[in-house]
Amino acid sequence: MKSKNIQYVADGGLLDRRAFFRGSAAFTAAMLAAPRVMSSPDVSKAKIGESHPTWMKIPGTNDMPYGLPSRYEKHVQRHLAEGAPETSLFSVWHSPIENQRGIITPSGLHFSVNHNGVPEIDPQKHELMIHGLVEKPLKFDMESLLRYPQVSNIYFLECAGNTASNAVSLNALDQNCQELFGQVSGSEWTGIPLKYLLQEAGLKSNAKWVIAEGADGGSHARSIPVEKLLDDAIIAIYQNGERLRPSQGYPMRLFVPGWEGNANVKWLHRLEVTDQPAFTKDESGLYSDILDNGKIQRFSFHMDVKSVITHPSGKQALPEKKGFYEISGLAWSGYGKIKKVEVSADGGKTWAEAQLDANVLPKSLTRFSIPWQWDGQPASLLSRATDEFGRVQPTRDVWRDKYASYSFNHYNAIQAWSVSRHGLVENSYV
Amino acid sequence: MYRGVCNQWFLLLLLVGPMFVFSAEPLGQEQVTNLGEVLSKTQINDFDITIFPDGRNLPLGEGSVSKGREIYQNQCALCHGKEGIEGPAARLVGSDGWFSFSDPFRILRIDKYPILLISVGGLWPHATSIFDYVRRAMPHYAPKSLNNEQVYAITAYILYLNNLVGEKTILNKKTILDVAMPGNERSISAWPEVAKPNL
Repeated sequence: MKSKNIQYVADGGLLDRRAFFRGSAAFTAAMLAAPRVMSSPDVSKAKIGESHPTWMKIPGTNDMPYGLPSRYEKHVQRHLAEGAPETSLFSVWHSPIENQRGIITPSGLHFSVNHNGVPEIDPQKHELMIHGLVEKPLKFDMESLLRYPQVSNIYFLECAGNTASNAVSLNALDQNCQELFGQVSGSEWTGIPLKYLLQEAGLKSNAKWVIAEGADGGSHARSIPVEKLLDDAIIAIYQNGERLRPSQGYPMRLFVPGWEGNANVKWLHRLEVTDQPAFTKDESGLYSDILDNGKIQRFSFHMDVKSVITHPSGKQALPEKKGFYEISGLAWSGYGKIKKVEVSADGGKTWAEAQLDANVLPKSLTRFSIPWQWDGQPASLLSRATDEFGRVQPTRDVWRDKYASYSFNHYNAIQAWSVSRHGLVENSYV
Repeated sequence: MYRGVCNQWFLLLLLVGPMFVFSAEPLGQEQVTNLGEVLSKTQINDFDITIFPDGRNLPLGEGSVSKGREIYQNQCALCHGKEGIEGPAARLVGSDGWFSFSDPFRILRIDKYPILLISVGGLWPHATSIFDYVRRAMPHYAPKSLNNEQVYAITAYILYLNNLVGEKTILNKKTILDVAMPGNERSISAWPEVAKPNL
């Protein structure tokens, strides 16, 4: 039954994104009008506290030097993916983004992939070397680097293989948002613009590529075009206000905004300036796309426009039927800002524009939301993001057409969550 | 030219003036700090481990397929499989994709280890990358424990398993460049990005 006063903007129960604001004045008035009721005849002998919970009747415990979440939030953790080889050291840790609000993923929950374990690096012994096609080969210790000017920006970071199972699996796997989309996170990244260091070394005229190498056991290496390093790349030293965690590259990593996670070389220790790419292991194999014509596409660095509804999402159950919910989710583009996010509640037949949260930043997670009145019928929730350059998410079929059936990187198709009449939310293909 | 202009203020200007000219920001560049120390050639040589497709940085030494088989069976097979196809670690041998005549059971393994959809032999465009990676990162539990000759040998054996070199092949810095990898002619580059970011 649709109320005359509610503005529906699309089928399936989607409401105008400002519907919650309009309702609030009436709500407040109703609360103030209710009278207080007093009981208990002998007030002088009465004590308060009978109805108060235990924690309001005892002193609390000590705080601690490095704060931790409440034990009641223990279930909010990163999750180690199965399917990475057991001999691993090739580990993929997924972020629980369905528990996250806002656009910052706490550092301890930020996704992380490593191909050779997390090294234990002594910052006092760690050096950054710059050599190759430069006028002056240089090395820097951490103490020197910390004296350089640093810049801060809020950026997303995403693995090329995020949402891979939706790319290759014939059936939509019954997984939650963490398992399907958990290889993306957002943080404030602070560090030294690469251009300061490269200019100090002096690039030779034939410098075109830089091989960035990490100090992990496997000496992870990627070839990066020098234009990107001179553009917005930084040597990241701080994440969310504190020094990088080991899992995120302590004591420093290369950060190339908007580009696939693998290229953001952790535990960075060497930059070799050259005129050609090295075709390192990852750019030879795992981080390539096989197109539908059989060609192997290399150096597809950018993470393209993408979005996902996090609230509600896979394997969740809506608490009750026929209520208001705020559909909420995240959108991002490796090319720039999100321009708009559209949401559908009827499997893509009709769409309405969602509200974008105040912080719309380039190459950053962007929070979107739209109110929804669920009528208890099966529904299909989709989000479709468009960035400032007009790039828009494709449907799964369009994405699949472009690539070989077994190619799984850079999957950015529109995500669909089906909602059953019992309120169960499931991954689905539309 | 300066005869007759021995004015002390002029001389001061002459001395001090250049300081302002040379410390001004060069056109198009920002003032930077100069805290980098010079990196010596010896130090660079110690760390200069990247092998390039044109053979740059390949060391002297050689390795045979038979020697490679020996090392592979002792140190590599436990993770990469006896034939380089079974896993659980990355697939070394055969084509990429769901199906392969050389490995009819592939489709059963992929459910557990999805990365087995791709293989070194099928995708990698340059044999030099195999040398580069084995030397810097393998075996997984003891990286950089193999010497250059051992790395040539293992590279030779991996190429042999892929039918890309013959059993009698001796691999060295010259012969490795003769290997034609199937992934090479299939390769295209998405960089530089033409006409992006706009559609």
